[in-house]
Amino acid sequence: MAVRVALAAAAAVTKERLMILRRLYLSVFLLAFAGFAFAGVLPEDRADVLYHLYDGGGVEIDGPSILVRKKVGKSVSLVGNYYIDMVTSASIDVVTTASPYTEERKQWSLGADYLRGNTTMRVNYTSSEESDYDAATYSFSVSQDMFGDLTTLTLGYALGDDLVRRSDDPLFERDLDKQMYSIGVTQILTKNLISTLNFETITDEGYLNNPYRSVRYADSGSALGYSFEPELYPNTRTSNSVGLRARYYLPYRAAIEGEYRYFIDTWDIEGHTGSLTYIHPWRDFTFTGKFRYHNQTGAHFYSDLFSRSEATNFRGRDKELSALTSYTVKLKAAYELLSDDGNDWGFIKKASVSASLHLLHVDYDNFSDLTALQPIGSEPLYQLDADIFQIFFSFWY
Amino acid sequence: MTMNIRSIARILLAALFVAGLSACGPIEPWVKPYERDKLADPIMALDADAVSTSYIQHVYESREGARGGEGGAGGGCGCN
Repeated sequence: MAVRVALAAAAAVTKERLMILRRLYLSVFLLAFAGFAFAGVLPEDRADVLYHLYDGGGVEIDGPSILVRKKVGKSVSLVGNYYIDMVTSASIDVVTTASPYTEERKQWSLGADYLRGNTTMRVNYTSSEESDYDAATYSFSVSQDMFGDLTTLTLGYALGDDLVRRSDDPLFERDLDKQMYSIGVTQILTKNLISTLNFETITDEGYLNNPYRSVRYADSGSALGYSFEPELYPNTRTSNSVGLRARYYLPYRAAIEGEYRYFIDTWDIEGHTGSLTYIHPWRDFTFTGKFRYHNQTGAHFYSDLFSRSEATNFRGRDKELSALTSYTVKLKAAYELLSDDGNDWGFIKKASVSASLHLLHVDYDNFSDLTALQPIGSEPLYQLDADIFQIFFSFWY
Repeated sequence: MTMNIRSIARILLAALFVAGLSACGPIEPWVKPYERDKLADPIMALDADAVSTSYIQHVYESREGARGGEGGAGGGCGCN
């Protein structure tokens, strides 16, 4: 490199000076706009206030989420998040085997990033509390930037310690332990193309089934022709997933992203997920459109209708474990309220508001809609439609 | 014919060996820092809105049987 620079300098001093000026100009430009994923840079100081609403399949979940991130000195960045789900549920499972309910889930997390040279270390603690479920997750990851900051390698580990309870039985308590291992590579491929490859293994051990959910079995003694009994899942589950994303800067100022994920686990669920995203800025707006497709096979112990009571060692009728196909269309608009041009609002340098709508549709291949009250075996397959709305304000300081 | 296949195999092995040796040397970044202005554009940020992304990942994990492999931090689920 030095030889090449020397030769270039000897050949054309003027050209070299122009190159240096160009580099300086672009360095300033990069410092102004970078901050997210390039090497050796801590995340920006930023706060987000979000409201979310999920409405579909008889379930309504809404609440706020607040995330604040702030640097402390030059090498540490702290982050905190507080999140609430307020749930009103009369889902297909609840309607057919239980009673509608309301509940609240509160989650908070604290984390820190420590930057040393080209290495970033992150620790995070997350706590989630419901009336009948507590979850604690401890995570650690380390990222190393390499090859002139073209490559970022990240290794991660997380440990989950959950406690499952029943609201109608104060003596019921079961443990669930989770361990998550991940490795990811983010790679700049060309001046216009960045990609990331992530591999993640998750192992669960403990009480994995839902204590309220039931399976259906054929029962000639019942007026409906079937009855219900509690689910019984295996006590372990290990899943592997690999995901590849690539984002390309188009010849005009817009970007396109493709993503694919392959998933497989020890319950015989195999899934393929793909999505295509288009991002288009216009004046102070940024518009995003996305289509996502997911297809999976069902768990080996899943059945919509078991032949008899206790027909198999393990049994489940959780519709998420059925073979299914889901489609999502996402529309998002973001508006820059305050641009990063020096006209600050006090200590706030930049601000934006974003709104997004996800339209989710799920076709279940093996989960009957029992509310149709059709003769056993001829019930229609269930379909889920859900609207997921988010609005959030972001502030940089 | 057999010789030809063996020769091709030897050439391929030699090429792999040389490529392996070259991998041990310093790698020149083929996209220079001053060529990354487009990659630094906010529209190229892979996870521009972490608070929104983690929420929607949570929704998908609750509605589908698959999980992980998407990068980003995990967290307590509480999907009971």
